[in-house]
Amino acid sequence: MYVTRDISDTMTAVTAEQKPAVTAVQLTKRYGSRLVLNKLSLTVEWGEFLTVFGLNGSGKTTLIRILATLVKPTSGDLDVATFSAKGNPSNIRREVGVVTHQPLLYRDLTTRENLRFHGKMFAMNNIDLRIERVGDMLGIKSNMQIKVGTLSHGMQKRVAIARAIMHDPSILLLDEPETGLDRDGISMLKKIVAGERGIRTVIMTTHNLDYGLELATRATILSEGSIAYDKQMSAICKDEFREVYSRFTGATN
Amino acid sequence: MIVFWSTVGAILAKDLVLEFRNKETITSILSFSLLSLIVLNFALRPTPSLISVVAPGILWVAFTFSGILGLNRAFAVEEDQDAIQGLLLTPASREAIYLGKMLGCLLFMLVAEIILLPIFAVLFDMAPFKPMLMVVMFMATLGFASVGTLFSALAMNTKSREIMLPMLFIPIVVPIIIAAVVGTDLAFKGGGWQEISKWIQLMLVFDLIAVVFCAFGFDYVAED
Amino acid sequence: MDRYDVLRRLLLLTSGIMVVTVLYLIFIWVPTEKNLGVSQRIFYIHVPVAWVGFLAFLFVLIGSVGYLWRRSRGWDQLAYSAAEIGVIFTTLMLMTGVLWAKPVWGVWWTWDPRLTTTLILWLIYVAYLMLRSYGPGGDKGARYAAVMGIAGFIDVPIVYLSIYWWRTVHPQALVGPAARGELDSQMYTVLMVSTITFTILFIYLLMERFSLRKSEDNIEEIKAYASSLSVK
Repeated sequence: MYVTRDISDTMTAVTAEQKPAVTAVQLTKRYGSRLVLNKLSLTVEWGEFLTVFGLNGSGKTTLIRILATLVKPTSGDLDVATFSAKGNPSNIRREVGVVTHQPLLYRDLTTRENLRFHGKMFAMNNIDLRIERVGDMLGIKSNMQIKVGTLSHGMQKRVAIARAIMHDPSILLLDEPETGLDRDGISMLKKIVAGERGIRTVIMTTHNLDYGLELATRATILSEGSIAYDKQMSAICKDEFREVYSRFTGATN
Repeated sequence: MIVFWSTVGAILAKDLVLEFRNKETITSILSFSLLSLIVLNFALRPTPSLISVVAPGILWVAFTFSGILGLNRAFAVEEDQDAIQGLLLTPASREAIYLGKMLGCLLFMLVAEIILLPIFAVLFDMAPFKPMLMVVMFMATLGFASVGTLFSALAMNTKSREIMLPMLFIPIVVPIIIAAVVGTDLAFKGGGWQEISKWIQLMLVFDLIAVVFCAFGFDYVAED
Repeated sequence: MDRYDVLRRLLLLTSGIMVVTVLYLIFIWVPTEKNLGVSQRIFYIHVPVAWVGFLAFLFVLIGSVGYLWRRSRGWDQLAYSAAEIGVIFTTLMLMTGVLWAKPVWGVWWTWDPRLTTTLILWLIYVAYLMLRSYGPGGDKGARYAAVMGIAGFIDVPIVYLSIYWWRTVHPQALVGPAARGELDSQMYTVLMVSTITFTILFIYLLMERFSLRKSEDNIEEIKAYASSLSVK
């Protein structure tokens, strides 16, 4: 019988160590003469839903990629899911699910084949059972036998999310998940991501103020590679944030 | 350990299914080989007496250059939709990913070579189906696949990747090319295993070093 | 002026003096070889230059291994600089080989093991430099190049062996300009002096290129941080 793990389990396990979900200290990423992340420090506690706003080029995608261990920072320390990024990155990868602009799927494989493959790569038990569950959750069951390349963009996104949560990670990273979705797609996305709240720690980058603020427990703005604004949603109101946000996006335009 | 091999198996299976669906890799290797044979025939104009001298060379020129084509495709499939990132996000060890891709390449190249042999036999009126040749082909192709998979991953992130792969690949596999041609020559002439043993050993040593080196080298290439 | 600069200037001076000396030795002092004639004198450049070409690749290996192990840029800068200089010396080896072969043997090129292996080494150098130019920059490019550098170094002896065996299967009459008969003591001396000269020259060039590259990289880093300061 497969039981969904929720945050309280992880929290009990972790309380003894008192380590947050993500601890980033002075993260810097430099590509040649281009500085993308500039001494960025960030701590994310278990159960938080952190939305990261920022203009293109502010470093949002790079931040997500570093948290996912796809990219190594030029300098700085990083702990994700209590594991140090300097140790064996496999430990982190097991605990992290990532949704990026690209669906990261093989076009010529069916939905089921894609999900099965990822299940094998994560050395999961009960792969088929798990596929049934995420299939139900994300409404992709009817597309299981269809090649992913022929699916609509919105449907592909659902499969991508299924892929990301299939191995039940404790942290979910979303990089502008609304890219390429129409209005219906975005409301579908909102529903799905809202469902992840409380189950996983979520860090999401987005341009969409609407659902970005609605889902968040904490909102930050990234500007030129470091955090320019960081408030708990309980401490501010949405209008306040919109004002601050337009200042950042307006002023630098 | 089990996890390692099941990962290798999963990647190999995935590549086999993908290849079976669109058959691009094997057909491109096969087509290019055939074209090479035809061009070489016009280039060398082999008379019946000359054919036994140049046949091994013709075969391996065809295999080498079409092999490069096939290797270019090895990671092209991962590039589409950035699927390689999906692979790298998994906790699978980089060595397992390398081995899975490499075995896929090896298989595709071998299948194309086996299919080409009868065509070669007909076009040049030769009888190549000797066990010694099979051994030579396997060991040489293993050398190609092991080095080629690593460099293909490398070239994927490079400008002018069509030329980068051959530039990196060919100088490194020169020993294999030499051994393959000499071995093939001995096989065609009906030479003994004694004669060919040192060349087989050379290829064996090369293959062993190559697989080990490339498996660990892949770790460094796949990092970012 | 720190110790590094002092050493560099010393090497520049030394190699300058030695190059002049060795040119005198090669073209005036050493007696003409009786079989091969005046053209044989190129041998005193050909051999040392070949040696340096291979020595440089050893430095490429050291830099490559060092970088993958320690990840500090200095190792990478060493490997890259050594490759740039190594390709020049290897090119000189091939050119002197060609220049010597024609008057002596009547052909421009023989596929003998030494010459051919050097050609392959030259190709590996070129591939390495192409990888650095066309590949990604920064840490990723350095890693790619390091893997190539190590692969090349391991491969070259195997290449030599395979060509050597191949030549015994297909012997060709000409044995190539690297072959030499007995050397009398004067010739031996000149050869040694020349080898030492070119080695010192190589070390000097390596140090210069290394410093230059270090400065280039530092400028990149400063530019990156400067742009972040000019904001707001």
